[in-house]
Amino acid sequence: MTTNTTVAIEYQHVSKRFKGANYDAVSDVNISINEGEFITILGSSGSGKTTLLKMTNRLYDPDTGKILLFGENINDVDAVLVRRRIGYAIQQVGLLPHMTIAGNIAIVPKLLKWDKNRIETRVHELITLVGLDPDEFLTRYPAQLSGGQQQRVGLARALAVDPKIMLLDEPFGAIDAINRLNLQDELKAIHKSFEDGLRKTFLFVTHDINEALKLGTRVIVMNEGQVCQFDTPENIVKNPADGFVESLIRSCREQEKLWEGLA
Amino acid sequence: MWEIWDNIILYFENNLDAYLSMLQQHVSISLRVLAISILIGCFMGILCVIFIKQQKWIIGLFQLLRIIPSLAVLVLSIRFLGIGMGPAITALSFLAIPPILMNTVAGLEEVPFFMLETAKGMGMTPLQVWLKVRLPLAFPMILAGIKTAMVEIVASATIAALIGAGGLGQIIFQGLSVRRTELLLIGGFSVAFISLFAVLLLDVIDRFFQRYKKGV
Repeated sequence: MTTNTTVAIEYQHVSKRFKGANYDAVSDVNISINEGEFITILGSSGSGKTTLLKMTNRLYDPDTGKILLFGENINDVDAVLVRRRIGYAIQQVGLLPHMTIAGNIAIVPKLLKWDKNRIETRVHELITLVGLDPDEFLTRYPAQLSGGQQQRVGLARALAVDPKIMLLDEPFGAIDAINRLNLQDELKAIHKSFEDGLRKTFLFVTHDINEALKLGTRVIVMNEGQVCQFDTPENIVKNPADGFVESLIRSCREQEKLWEGLA
Repeated sequence: MWEIWDNIILYFENNLDAYLSMLQQHVSISLRVLAISILIGCFMGILCVIFIKQQKWIIGLFQLLRIIPSLAVLVLSIRFLGIGMGPAITALSFLAIPPILMNTVAGLEEVPFFMLETAKGMGMTPLQVWLKVRLPLAFPMILAGIKTAMVEIVASATIAALIGAGGLGQIIFQGLSVRRTELLLIGGFSVAFISLFAVLLLDVIDRFFQRYKKGV
């Protein structure tokens, strides 16, 4: 995959337990992610996948363990600064309804006090990158966009200041099947387009095994706060590490049989 | 019937200056009360949301104050503040703060958590989250509270005349004491028109700020 192996994200014995819970949401995670990888985190709800993601940009802090971004312990850096270096997109998108699309994409550049011309150029670049026509969309408000279009804007916003790391929390979870497939292909292409220049590390949370195996260069399978397996999609399918991974794959195969039966 | 109409015209012919000055007083009292209520109502609303534990206590207190008839507050405040504009503004503010306060709290709490978390996740400081996300999203609700308060203020400002604060209430109370129907009509309709005008104005403001809600 990657010839150059700079470590982008490293989790060292990371654990997190929420107040009032009697189990760990994330339990002793040790993982090292290389720069430029597209990592998908697969798990059912309550598996800790979102918690792991949110600890990466310090929306949550781990109880024990360390998280390093490019060798730097994020606990030593101001949380606001950590977040501004990381792109973040979620399922509900969270576009600000009172701002135009251009205004929404420009949020982080404005926080970083970029000058007006630079922001304008960048906004045009980004909206084109996510496949929307600048003349048509930049002056619109979020309420005037479909769910898929909104999520494209969400991605553009997350990419605004060219972050090295992107955190994506089920960004396509609420999008219909056809649009979803298109968006997956485009996201993969976007990730690939950075391969020559500023390589980006994507961390993509999903509960959809097809999505996880399709997008990930490597896949983290999580269950009950623990990492069951962290490997390439091929190896996960060929050599499931434990019963949980095996049952995941089996459930997927059974769905395939349904299709074969209908065809 | 036509007699009343003639009397109304006669009133304006003889008392136009006095009428205009009362109108001006009425508007002036209303605007001052509104300004004070917005300041206190919004400020307390924000405090309520930040210090969630005290919230019920503060809202309850203002609800209670609202139950006390404004006339009673007015009379009571004479004892402490004397007569004139000051007590009138105080009494009317007690009436106008609760709707603004409660709508501010409701508006701020209605902002979905994921909105706040995404804003934080993008790298906004807590203050930026408030200024760029939470307050703007709560604004339509707050404005609705201000509308309610505005109508109540304009209507209730009539009683300010009772303690020498002036306003259109003077015409009404005069009409009551000397049994002149035309004075009651002039006073009543004037108050109604100010109220209507205020609501229209706030509607325009509301629509301007909510133009983003229109679909394609």
